[in-house]
Amino acid sequence: MRVSNWGKARAASLMLAMFGIAMAMPAAQAADPIKLGLLEDASGNFAIAVIPKIHAVELAVGEINAKGGILGRQIKIVAYDTQSDNTRFQEFARRVIQQDKADVVFGAFSSASREAIRPIMDRYHQLYFYNNQYEGGVCDSNTFVTGAVPEQQFSTLIPWMMEKYGKRVYTIAADYNFGQISAEWVRNIVKEKGGTMVGEEFIPLSVSQFSQTIQNIQKAKPDFVVTLLVGANQASYYEQQASANLNIPMASSVNVGQAYEHRRFKAPALKDMYVTANYVEEVNSPESNDFKKRFHAKFPNEPYINQEAANSYDAVYLYKAAVEKAGTTDQKKVAAALRSGSICTNGPSGKVCIDPKSQHLSHTIYLVHVKADHSVDIPKVWNDIKPYWLGSVGCDLSKKSDHSQYTPSHLPKK
Amino acid sequence: MDFLYYAYAAFYQFADAFSFLVLSGIGLAVIFGMMGVINLAHGEFIMCGAYVTVLSARAGLPLPFAMVCGTLSSGLVGLVLERLIIRRLYQRLFDSIVATWAISIIATQGMLIVAGPSLEGIKTPFGSFELGGISFSVYRAMLPAVALLLLGALYWLFVRTRFGIHSRAAMQDADMAKALGVSTNAIYSKTFGLGAALAGLTGALYAPTMTAVPTMGSAFIVQSFVTVVVSGADVMLGLAPSAAALGLIQALLTGFHGQLIGQIGLLVTVILVVRIMPTGISGFFLRGSGSK
Repeated sequence: MRVSNWGKARAASLMLAMFGIAMAMPAAQAADPIKLGLLEDASGNFAIAVIPKIHAVELAVGEINAKGGILGRQIKIVAYDTQSDNTRFQEFARRVIQQDKADVVFGAFSSASREAIRPIMDRYHQLYFYNNQYEGGVCDSNTFVTGAVPEQQFSTLIPWMMEKYGKRVYTIAADYNFGQISAEWVRNIVKEKGGTMVGEEFIPLSVSQFSQTIQNIQKAKPDFVVTLLVGANQASYYEQQASANLNIPMASSVNVGQAYEHRRFKAPALKDMYVTANYVEEVNSPESNDFKKRFHAKFPNEPYINQEAANSYDAVYLYKAAVEKAGTTDQKKVAAALRSGSICTNGPSGKVCIDPKSQHLSHTIYLVHVKADHSVDIPKVWNDIKPYWLGSVGCDLSKKSDHSQYTPSHLPKK
Repeated sequence: MDFLYYAYAAFYQFADAFSFLVLSGIGLAVIFGMMGVINLAHGEFIMCGAYVTVLSARAGLPLPFAMVCGTLSSGLVGLVLERLIIRRLYQRLFDSIVATWAISIIATQGMLIVAGPSLEGIKTPFGSFELGGISFSVYRAMLPAVALLLLGALYWLFVRTRFGIHSRAAMQDADMAKALGVSTNAIYSKTFGLGAALAGLTGALYAPTMTAVPTMGSAFIVQSFVTVVVSGADVMLGLAPSAAALGLIQALLTGFHGQLIGQIGLLVTVILVVRIMPTGISGFFLRGSGSK
């Protein structure tokens, strides 16, 4: 049997076509979206502070996609509402990794929920961003932190407060890892600067009534109170201390910058509250004003753009910079690019860079003072404070991988 | 004099805990204690009362009227829910748990969607007073008196009025009450509405001193069930002594050992009471008086 030339040509073109399809396959894959898994509390106890974070990620992703995405690929957000519930976090963390195959996961507000999912991230070598201020010390090869840490918030705040108001300090803190470790930091700094802790109280997250605590503080007569209270229940403290006329200055790393208590309570409940934050909506700089304009254009009803919104926004751009440097979304290569020492972004609070040793972010720290009428002024700004503590005690993720959280009383083995 | 100041400071802590327990539990006492409906949406009735109070106070209504609005709106919501859902679930204990739990979740999430994650609060009225170097909130110092007044009014309502007698009759033996001409359906509606309104009043009373958020009801729910369970078989009789005993335990433990131990103490007490006195404090009293 003889195959005609025409038949040969047909077979050849068919083969060519098939080859062409095969060639086109990688191109089609490259145009697939990059999946950003988002595990945040859109409901429950922490929703107030977390909803602006979610919106910030949507804003950054929208901006990047409008300009052509990362390496020509669009970003797709795969979001789950973790409901301020640690078991939900674990459930959705597994789903977003195994089922959705996320290229990067952002998420968690409370330190308890971060510690609930960090082991899962480690197990699957999942690239993970924690975009929240916290008690510090997470030295984990898979985890990148864009929030502020104690050496940025307390090493600035506590000495400033002691100089201005005096050396007798009373701490009230939420009773879980965040509050306990933060209180340890405060205790150490107070001692180092020659002050005294006249009281320290740890309060379960379910507590909303503070009469006894207010009385204890009045008997101890501190010069200022460090309030490390977290969640909607504990926020009732401010109104209760004001109505009992406690009238003692307060210092905090979590208030105002997260759940905008100064906007939610009637003045003067938060009078003389001092907070060190790496961003608050009131920051009046060209970068901040531009950020606020874009944010409000997309989310006109946002009650407040908080510090963690700025951190989440920066995190998307840091991820973009790292993927572009690595030239791929391969998670190992992106992580290596992130800890290369050259990944920075110009965010709402100026230029911030990832520290290669700790995989934390440098920050501009604003001392935010709430006045009697609940308007805010910023008496002091510390520029470019590095997240130096982990590096100084021996965590160096650029040289040695690790999956631990360290505290001043639990240091890495030398 | 110093001793007197300290005594008052200690009494204030006890009274503060007492009023929180009474007011947390008072609406549930009617709905669970009298009607036997385990109402897991109790906290959301409280939230509803607080929200309406805050919103109407911010709309310019004087605080007492705002509180009345909060109470009434919560009662109204209670009436509607009873008619639509709860009525079908009397005598179905477990079904009512699931249904009220669902209502609770829907209400919390619905409020988050409709009103956002938080409302701007209202100021606590009346300012503060000082005794022996310690200052107290006048408003919170008044709450225990309000709690006692409410307890008295509720006792009067259920023991001395025609509605109260009909209501207790319908709860005790619905068929016999019906046979004697009591409209039990109407009684159920009113009683449930009353319980919801009392929960709303609690929300209204605490609205100025707490943050108004959709999950605020959860701050009351443990205390409410603890108080009602410890009150036992006859809630109207047991609520006051139960709240007094629990308030004393909580204030002492919190005062000496901090908030965590205070909370644990409350829960340990309820376990012990259920184990040793299954009919609660009121059962203990009733046995003492020889009745029942």
